[in-house]
Amino acid sequence: MSGNWSLYIIILTVVNILGCFWIIRWTAKKKTAEEAKQGDTTGHTWDGDLQEFNNPLPRWWLWLFYITIVFAGIYLALYPGLGDYAGKWEWDQESQYKQEMAAADKKYGPLYAAYAEKPIEQLAKDKKAMASGQRLFLNYCATCHGSDAGGAIGFPNLSDKDWLYGGSGDQIKTSILDGRVGAMPALGAGLTPERLDAITAYVLKLSGREADAKQVEVGKAVYSELACFACHGQDGKGNATNGFPNLTDNVWLYGGSPGQIKETLQKGRMGNMPAHREFLGEQKAHLLAAYVYSLSN
Amino acid sequence: MSHEKVETNVGLLAILVILVISIGGLVEIVPLFFLKETTEPVKGLKPYTALQLEGRDVYIREGCYLCHSQMIRPFRAETERYGHYSVAGEFVYDHPFQWGSKRTGPDLARVGGRYSDDWHRVHLTNPRLVVPESNMPGFPWLEENKLTGESTPDKLKAMRTLGVPYTDEDIAGATAAVKDKTEMDAIIAYLQVLGTSIKAGR
Repeated sequence: MSGNWSLYIIILTVVNILGCFWIIRWTAKKKTAEEAKQGDTTGHTWDGDLQEFNNPLPRWWLWLFYITIVFAGIYLALYPGLGDYAGKWEWDQESQYKQEMAAADKKYGPLYAAYAEKPIEQLAKDKKAMASGQRLFLNYCATCHGSDAGGAIGFPNLSDKDWLYGGSGDQIKTSILDGRVGAMPALGAGLTPERLDAITAYVLKLSGREADAKQVEVGKAVYSELACFACHGQDGKGNATNGFPNLTDNVWLYGGSPGQIKETLQKGRMGNMPAHREFLGEQKAHLLAAYVYSLSN
Repeated sequence: MSHEKVETNVGLLAILVILVISIGGLVEIVPLFFLKETTEPVKGLKPYTALQLEGRDVYIREGCYLCHSQMIRPFRAETERYGHYSVAGEFVYDHPFQWGSKRTGPDLARVGGRYSDDWHRVHLTNPRLVVPESNMPGFPWLEENKLTGESTPDKLKAMRTLGVPYTDEDIAGATAAVKDKTEMDAIIAYLQVLGTSIKAGR
């Protein structure tokens, strides 16, 4: 704060407080001869019989007023309020925040440090740790994955055994810390309606469902032609290292109805798990990974 | 002067009343218009792009600020959940700021990058598709409403007169930048930039 503004604030504040004091003293005093004596009427009458008396202010009220002025003086001496003057206690919200954080770190720091030393798979069996983990999950993860970790269309179910990027503790932790990006290209332009129907039939067949045998045959050819195998593999089993979905199980991130599969093929899908390294840090991610691991193990 | 003079003179009474009630504002608000801490942008703060600015207008039109604040206070309970507390320099290009005053929903000051674009798309269309417990209304029309970009250059110009450093090129390209984008694209672009100028976590 520049000196001028500091001075401006100090002067206005002090003048205001002194002014309040002066006003209360001034109005409490009898100044002129014509003014009514305390206890007498002022001579003002309204509505025929409503008279105004010149009564003194109630003492308790007056004292409250003086107390507020004294309070202001003490407050401004201890806390910042007068421009640049930091106050005797040198309080400010930033150091209060830092104190609060330091106190929490002291309390919870050793707890997290102990958790961080345990392997994730082992930590997942620690009931106390998992109670904390659940709190963290509800706070940071439930918005997308659901409070029961059951996921939603486009947001993976974390409570089953199916994993896009691997279900070991470290793999889960990597997903949390660095995020994941999955991209299914849009194939709409290269697909006539007939070919789309055919490949949809083939994908349905891959996951063990009923489909027209003739269409499946055509669809298989389209599968090769469009190089779907490059990601999903010749057998349609995908590749967990890169997050390429397995098409042969009956787990569907974007829905497994023929309509939803068609939409996925036509428009493509962009999966994005945001990275949380900066926001959550290593230790919280470790605990969260253990919690997520515990849901299916 | 006796107090009778004040009581019987409405003009004088009005002037004195205004003087008394303006002291608080003069001391607590006026200096903030001139202090470096409140008028200088934080390092790395960029003006909203044309699309983000349109998204901001959608945000205001739909009344998002009625349930969502954009102000993280320096308390552990808030920074653990939302990230680093808000600082004044982050809002110098916000006219008007969207701090809000009530949290029916969570604070959005650092929602940028927290969720994927797809999540926002699904969530804004019908929040219960991803958060079954949510009581936020859905905004499905955002996906249907297309931006024409007709008034976008004027909006940027208005912001420039308020001190946002838009260049002539920004203004010239504003229409093209938003034309045929949906309101959904715009509001997601806006949400994804919120609070990203300060990098540190909590």
